[in-house]
Amino acid sequence: MTADYVAKRFGMFLVIVWLAATVNFFLPRIGGQDPVREKLIQQAAIGGNVQAGLEDMVAEYDAKFGLNTPLWRQYVAYVADMARFDFNYSIANYPRRVLDMIGEALPWTVGLLLTTTLFSWVIGGLLGAFLGWPRSPKFLQFLMPPLLALNAIPFFLLGLVLIYVLAFRLRLFPLSGGYTAGSFPALTPAFIGNVLSHSVLPALSIVLVSIGGWALGMRAMIVTTQGEDYVTYADAKGLKGRTIFLRYAVRNALLPQTTALALVLGQLISGAVLVEVIFSYPGIGTVLYKAIRGSDFYLVQGIVFILIVAIGVATFALDLLYPLLDPRISYRRA
Amino acid sequence: MAGAVPVWTAQKRPRERGGRQEAAVATLGYVRRNPSLLVGSLFLLALLLFVVVGYLTVDPSEASPLSVRSLQPPSADLPFGSDKQGRNLYAVMVVGTPLTLRIGLFAGLLGVGLGASLAFVAGYYGGHVDNVIKAIVDVGLTIPGLLILIIIGMKAREGLSVNQMALVVGALAWLYPARTIRSQVITLKQRGYVQIARLSGMGGPEVIVRELLPNLLPYLGASLVGSVSAAVLASIGLEVLGLGPFEAPTLGMTLYWVNYNAAIVNGWWWWWVPPIVVIAVLFVGLFLVAVGLDEVANPRVRNRV
Amino acid sequence: MKPAVLEVRDLRVHYHTSRGAVRAVDGVGFDVGEEERFGLVGESGSGKSTIALALLRLIRPPGRIEGGRIALDGVDVMGLSEEEMRRARLAKVALVAQGAMNSLNPVLRVNEQIRDALRDHGVRLSARAFEERVGGLLESVGLRREVGGMFPHELSGGMKQRVCIAVAMSLRPKLIIADEPTSALDVVVQWQIMDTLRRVQEELGAAVILIGHDMGLMAQAVDRLGVMYAGKLVEVVAVRDLFRRPLHPYSQLLIGSLTSLDRKSEPRGIPGLPPSLLDPPTGCPFHPRCPYAMDRCRREAPALLEHAPGHLAACHLYPREEVA
Repeated sequence: MTADYVAKRFGMFLVIVWLAATVNFFLPRIGGQDPVREKLIQQAAIGGNVQAGLEDMVAEYDAKFGLNTPLWRQYVAYVADMARFDFNYSIANYPRRVLDMIGEALPWTVGLLLTTTLFSWVIGGLLGAFLGWPRSPKFLQFLMPPLLALNAIPFFLLGLVLIYVLAFRLRLFPLSGGYTAGSFPALTPAFIGNVLSHSVLPALSIVLVSIGGWALGMRAMIVTTQGEDYVTYADAKGLKGRTIFLRYAVRNALLPQTTALALVLGQLISGAVLVEVIFSYPGIGTVLYKAIRGSDFYLVQGIVFILIVAIGVATFALDLLYPLLDPRISYRRA
Repeated sequence: MAGAVPVWTAQKRPRERGGRQEAAVATLGYVRRNPSLLVGSLFLLALLLFVVVGYLTVDPSEASPLSVRSLQPPSADLPFGSDKQGRNLYAVMVVGTPLTLRIGLFAGLLGVGLGASLAFVAGYYGGHVDNVIKAIVDVGLTIPGLLILIIIGMKAREGLSVNQMALVVGALAWLYPARTIRSQVITLKQRGYVQIARLSGMGGPEVIVRELLPNLLPYLGASLVGSVSAAVLASIGLEVLGLGPFEAPTLGMTLYWVNYNAAIVNGWWWWWVPPIVVIAVLFVGLFLVAVGLDEVANPRVRNRV
Repeated sequence: MKPAVLEVRDLRVHYHTSRGAVRAVDGVGFDVGEEERFGLVGESGSGKSTIALALLRLIRPPGRIEGGRIALDGVDVMGLSEEEMRRARLAKVALVAQGAMNSLNPVLRVNEQIRDALRDHGVRLSARAFEERVGGLLESVGLRREVGGMFPHELSGGMKQRVCIAVAMSLRPKLIIADEPTSALDVVVQWQIMDTLRRVQEELGAAVILIGHDMGLMAQAVDRLGVMYAGKLVEVVAVRDLFRRPLHPYSQLLIGSLTSLDRKSEPRGIPGLPPSLLDPPTGCPFHPRCPYAMDRCRREAPALLEHAPGHLAACHLYPREEVA
């Protein structure tokens, strides 16, 4: 790995973040109207005493982003704010700051997604590897139709079914939320158990669906490696089946599978937003949903920005890990 | 291995000289070897049939609120029951399924059309054009489309209409097709007959239309099906988040109302089972058709998926 | 000839397709003696590479070995269990694959790949001893020891092929099958590789089957040649005699095209196309392209018969009575 490579990847990361911020800035301004300002004024008008601070916010907003300031100056001010992770106040929950609200929700989402993604990546990958290997037991092939079907269904659809069957009918798990309302968040075994039992269903709906996708992807890759010369030649060398499977087929199939992990991470976050919504799971997705319903622009912008930064970080991290997996990468780019 | 391969992969489909009957037999035989395409098409046909029969047996206007008594479980009069706002859920499914499909189809066509055009230009001409397009696509794909769509959706305060929805979703649907079709074009460009066409003085647009396009048709088909599926998923996502067309009874809006009214924990199962079944059938059907078309496009993986 | 290391009798390999069986190898028989260099030559599609895979029992579906006998060092190969066969590969019979192939795993270092091969054949050595052995192998094919620490993409085509030869010799097999080992390599590198192969063979005292289509290269590298056409052996003879007096019209045309054109080219200048193995012509498979085709050739397939001591040909032009 060379400094050049790292610098290039980091540059890519910055470009993604900058682009996200820019899109975030310009999209709501297309068409001349300023929905943020309108919402602010509307909120301030109905707010009364409680939201007295909103008046100041409107004034500050006008100074920074008002229609009489030139667009480029608004843009510079905006980018400067973003660079400092200053997302301003939540309009609907004034005087709470957007960053604080995100900070509260983020651990829930990261916890749920990181575990479920890695878990399904590993399990699905293993399953797919065996499905694609011609010397695996034949009965495994019966797993294909359910995997195909699961893979095609969106997360939240399965979530709805799981809520009904496992939570509403069988009462095995709580219906919604991240923990029982009224219990005090603390690092006690009881509370952790409570959190875990609340996360089983959202996790299950993500895991079941994504296992299908990972398994199919891995299976296709393993089937492809069967056609590679080095696998045929490994057979000619009289290597054991296990050696060929692990060190030749799986080891090589892992490369595109890892690239896919980076790409899918983006899709997964947006897909999981809906899972959180239907389970009222206290993560970013639910906050986003509430922000949309409350037209809380600052909050939505902050979340979108943070999520894209998170994806950028994940992509960057995988870019750095990739040369360790594929010796050809660092060589080519060096 | 290498000894025998050229002989038996060089066969053409037997359609060239045989009569119609022979072609039919060959097609039938092929369908047997490619069950994904058959089963997937049957799923989609079943949905179509449901809509057609539905339009003949129910008044579509009952898909609007306050047309029937609210919260009725299924009965002879209301086979799918009704929701809290007094929509006949049978009519909702009959009207909503084609609406959702329309969003998907429109956005998918837009996405593949735009994506394929860019892909042909980038893949065929290469150079700076290719670098720029590739960079845009790579960065664009990293950013989850749904988030961008949310920002756009919030701009429209009353929710998007069905057609706006299609347009918005389609505006982002070209990224993925652009990437995959581009790599196909690059592979195809190396083939002998394309090289010969270029050397014989055929211009770029002509090579693209006469040589590349026909050979990529099955692939474009698979790509279209994939895009339609992604667009439907994105539109349903926006709708469930409350950014959809409030006046239209699409599948996603139905799920929005299901979630909004907590239909599941209230035990109103008839409200959410039909949209879930229809969406599941739609996605599985589209996925199988895409897999089937992929097999047509890359015969080498035939019999393997 | 010295006692045979390999005896092949009536080997038949078919590829089963939806349109019927492709007879890639159709009743082929030959012997290879100890330390002999035997060549198989023919156009692409003539079945020579399929023979290489069949000898290692590596034909995969839709291909199948339909019948025949393969005896390697007196052992019936067809009768071995899967596990016995696996152990025999590399230890008894090693393959050097086509030079154009990506035979090396792109993500493993060269020494890891050689170590895998040794370990899976029960060679248990300390890390130091492994390193020593791998280094020795690399040196004996003319590579530096440091190559062991490199990845395949860091090697040139010739170096990769040397690594493959090092792997092939690692367990001192009785027979090395080299399937077009120099295809896709520069001419100079081709000769270097052939030279390395020859030195390794002499050092091990192994027999070699060299498969190729380059008559010129073949003539220099082997003692005896089998000419393949459409899945059949049409002539088997010592190289010197083949060039002096080729019997089969196909061999004659091959040699004719070689001397009239430059020596590196693939056989060409033979009118007509190779036959479809799915639906081979009746009688002699070469008759549609043969300048001497007779009525009998269309009806009856000729047998591979000995027409002079050590000179076999399958052609009706030479009725057995006359020559023998």
